[in-house]
Amino acid sequence: MRGFRYLSCLILLALMFLLAGCATTRVTTEAEVPARHSISEFDGQRFAEVADPWERFNRSMYRFNFYFDKYLFLPVVNGYEFVTPTFLQERISGFYHNLDELQNFSNSLFQLKGGEAVTTLGRFLTNSTVGLGGLFDPATSFGLERRDQDFGKTLGYWGTGSGPYLVLPLFGPSSVRDAGGLAVDSAITYGVYSGIDPFGSTGNSFAISVGMTTLWGIDKRHTQSFRYYESGNPFEYYLVRFFYHEKREIESGKRLPEE
Amino acid sequence: MINLKLLIIFCCLLLPVACLGADSDYGYPIQGSHEASILGTPAELMPEFPASLPTRQLVLDLFPDRPKPPLFFYDQGLRCTFAYQNKKAPLVFLIGGAGASDRTAKLLTMMKALHQAGFHVITLPSPTSSNFVISASRSSLPGDLTEDAADLYRAMEMAWKQVQGTIEVSSFHLCGYSLGGSQAAFVAKLDEQRRVFNFNKVLMINPPVSLYSSVTRIEELMKQIPGGAKNQGAFVNRMLLKFSQFYRYGKFVSINDDFLYAIYTDRLFSHDETAGLIGISYRIGLAGMTFTSDVMTNSGYVVPKNRVLQPTDSLYEYFLVSTHLSFFDYFNEQFFPHFLKQRPGLTKQQLIDSQSLSSIEEYLKSTDKFGVITNENDFILTRAELDYLRQLFGERARIYPRGGHLGNLEYRENLAYMIAFFKDAEALQ
Repeated sequence: MRGFRYLSCLILLALMFLLAGCATTRVTTEAEVPARHSISEFDGQRFAEVADPWERFNRSMYRFNFYFDKYLFLPVVNGYEFVTPTFLQERISGFYHNLDELQNFSNSLFQLKGGEAVTTLGRFLTNSTVGLGGLFDPATSFGLERRDQDFGKTLGYWGTGSGPYLVLPLFGPSSVRDAGGLAVDSAITYGVYSGIDPFGSTGNSFAISVGMTTLWGIDKRHTQSFRYYESGNPFEYYLVRFFYHEKREIESGKRLPEE
Repeated sequence: MINLKLLIIFCCLLLPVACLGADSDYGYPIQGSHEASILGTPAELMPEFPASLPTRQLVLDLFPDRPKPPLFFYDQGLRCTFAYQNKKAPLVFLIGGAGASDRTAKLLTMMKALHQAGFHVITLPSPTSSNFVISASRSSLPGDLTEDAADLYRAMEMAWKQVQGTIEVSSFHLCGYSLGGSQAAFVAKLDEQRRVFNFNKVLMINPPVSLYSSVTRIEELMKQIPGGAKNQGAFVNRMLLKFSQFYRYGKFVSINDDFLYAIYTDRLFSHDETAGLIGISYRIGLAGMTFTSDVMTNSGYVVPKNRVLQPTDSLYEYFLVSTHLSFFDYFNEQFFPHFLKQRPGLTKQQLIDSQSLSSIEEYLKSTDKFGVITNENDFILTRAELDYLRQLFGERARIYPRGGHLGNLEYRENLAYMIAFFKDAEALQ
């Protein structure tokens, strides 16, 4: 597992520099003429503003994700959708969705939300048993509502600001806080699975883990319909940034300004 | 969760019965025109579709020699989505509304409904979408129904050429919504001369009668913003605050359909505020079009002339400037001067008049291939324009009592009507 991670990190970094580095040369043939309308005409509050001091880096990463999708991720996902019956796809999504409850549970605890933690634990136990390891979701029909939680939200809940906007490779829109949260959640998940080592007895623990992680990635992309640069609007980057930021702020329960 | 939704919908259904009487057999629940336009159709009231259908994306290279600005490095050609049958079937071309890409939710729903009913489908982006302006528009200055129709026709021909060998087609139909509806009429007219498709039936859904008049009405929504359009930043921030407070105190679990419905049923936003929000989302689309057109034509409108933008350059200031510009700014400063240069002596009124269904009224009257679906409370139409559609299309105009602008497009009954409209033509053959 660890070897695989190092290797994939290396490949990823190489790809990132390759793709992010190109096209920075500027070719200007004719002198610029000021535009008819400029920002000086407009004052008042800015629209859809989000702290983004590393915009150039973020836009490169956004472009990297586009290329990664185009040449690797989406072809693989399409192949997966082609060979796997829909019924099976849904069961696979359910399985991983159920594993995520671990993260929902730990973060409900971190936020000292007892009732929510009990509900999430109830969901996990129900779906893992009656729901055959998460393949089905009977818990929802029993009235146990799913509460998606992560460490980014936990930090937000305890008052940590989002920090600057950050576009992560593969994961996409994030912030400094949420990227940190992602690292913590991944570490906890990794720790738990290493502790349990569910495939330890098979003798092929490494190969199975790699397979499980790969399928997890494919399933995540499969369930996400977003496609980079396909909105038909050249300001997509700002719209995505704005909606991501606001959604996280609202869902993490940020302090509201006094009216 | 589902029960809650059903309860809400049930309540919505109960409300109109008392006050509307005659309309009670039309089940689309949302009364307000603005609210319907924003919320659309609740998922439970859409038809059920199979989880997947055979589709592939077509990428049309209509201008192999056109140099592409580095900023639009991702645009490799016009993207169309193609859903096919494994048997001989009619093919429907779908044209999206202003700003729509080929994968806009409304287009995909229409595509699924038609595919389920046995049609091949090709969805086309709106000529006002960035993708079309870059890869399919000859002038890269969208907004003229005649020119946009000609560009659409070229794209359709090329799409057809790409799929021709792979499917069997019995006849061609055409359908568009909103701006795409009016464009469909102009495309059909062009087809009478070109005769490549011989469209059998053409359906316009919530089309504007006069483009200029409809856009004027949408621009007027921006006036509902206190302090006018220039204050849109402050307005959006205030709406967001309302939104987050409602979320916080309502103890919602995430921003999902339940939450959005609660916003509607609790009347969180007033009629005027909803109008302002529609106006802003329209402005974002318009800004995308203006900016893309400016970059493609290097006309120095919001981007300094001769500046070559790079993929990682910030566009935020252009975004702010463009969203502050109205359609009238675009019309007076870019659109009209462009046509005046081509046709000396042209007046603004002439140009405005040519962007309407009435300008091709003779043609529309001469054939019975057209049908129109719209709503009594579609705010892009005046009362007179609605009557005009009634008088022009008679029984072929289906006017629903509510739904606002496109709100009920994905509603079961509306989709069934759309399918029946095209099926009818098949039955007659």
